[in-house]
Amino acid sequence: MSHHDEENDTAGRADEFLQVFKKGAEFTQDLLKENERLRFRVVKLEEALKEKGPDVVADGPEALELKKKILELEQEKEEILGQIKVVEEENQNFANRYVEIEEENNMLANLYIASYQLHSTLDFKEVLKIIQEIVINLIGAEEFAVLLLDEKTNLLEPVASEGLEISALPSIAVGSGIIGETVDSGENYFIESMHGYVCDFQKPIVCIPLKIKEHVIGVISIYKLFEQKDEFTNVDYELFTLLAGHAATAVFSSRMYSDSERKLSTIQGFIDLLTK
Amino acid sequence: MTGYKVLVVEDSPTMRQLIVFALKRIRGFQIVEANDGVDGLKKLSAEKFDLILTDINMPIMDGLKLVSMVRNDPNYKETPIIVITTEGAIEDRERALALGANEYITKPIQTMKILETVKKLMSV
Repeated sequence: MSHHDEENDTAGRADEFLQVFKKGAEFTQDLLKENERLRFRVVKLEEALKEKGPDVVADGPEALELKKKILELEQEKEEILGQIKVVEEENQNFANRYVEIEEENNMLANLYIASYQLHSTLDFKEVLKIIQEIVINLIGAEEFAVLLLDEKTNLLEPVASEGLEISALPSIAVGSGIIGETVDSGENYFIESMHGYVCDFQKPIVCIPLKIKEHVIGVISIYKLFEQKDEFTNVDYELFTLLAGHAATAVFSSRMYSDSERKLSTIQGFIDLLTK
Repeated sequence: MTGYKVLVVEDSPTMRQLIVFALKRIRGFQIVEANDGVDGLKKLSAEKFDLILTDINMPIMDGLKLVSMVRNDPNYKETPIIVITTEGAIEDRERALALGANEYITKPIQTMKILETVKKLMSV
């Protein structure tokens, strides 16, 4: 190859390279333009998304899937809230039941102590004192009387009182008035309403028969409650009945014991006289 | 075990038993009983107590006198005192609180109220 031919070949190759370079430059220009166009399109779409919010894609399959999921979660949430409500109600019921059981427990504990004390002695006067303590401190009575039945005269005789002068209290015949009728019927008496009540010995607000099985040996009649106690509770009604039973047996046994002690002492006196 | 020492001052044995029986439901309470204010003071000076429950109407020395004397004792300046009484008038309550009682509970005895008050004062 001659020198001239070499020059021509080099020039051709340079020209060819220049053409390729130009095409590359044009392609780059096109890419840049396309890039610019797409960026513009992205900006436009972003603006539209901002303006229209989720509606832009509301009908897309992903959106539908998400909507379905949201519905499922909403239902689940409702179910859980429902369950929570049920559990809360159950909790409340348990709490109420707990309070009731506690009250019942306390009442039984009080009754246990009261009956234990009532049966802890055979001294008649002490038994009466314990009955008074119980009626004052457990029932909340300020004025009351304990009357025992004299079976020889069939009269109820006052044997103890609180807030009332015992010497001023009359004997009451069985069947006469509220107190006498309580002995007859053997049923507890409670006044219908304490509103406007005026103390009257013949008309107590409460009259509880002291019963050993069906045998009435006396009554507790109440005329006034403490000012902080304006009404009876359900526990009081139960307490009255249960206490009346224990009080009755305690009174009965202590009286029998006193009588037998007295008789024993008399007999012993006779024996001493005879043997000396 | 809390290990608190509690003094119950009450002249009625039945009521004392009721209060003691209720307090025994709180674990770890060591309970000492006194028949009246004088007996209470004697026991308070013999050992240190963390809580005092007292009645008001008692023979020899009543509960209000006891509260007043306890509060004048430097050893018992801060010791909680609960008064349990039949006296329901507002002035009785105010007098007891003014003398230094922390709580005033009226009878008839309500075990739950006594326990709630004790638990609140002793943080048990």
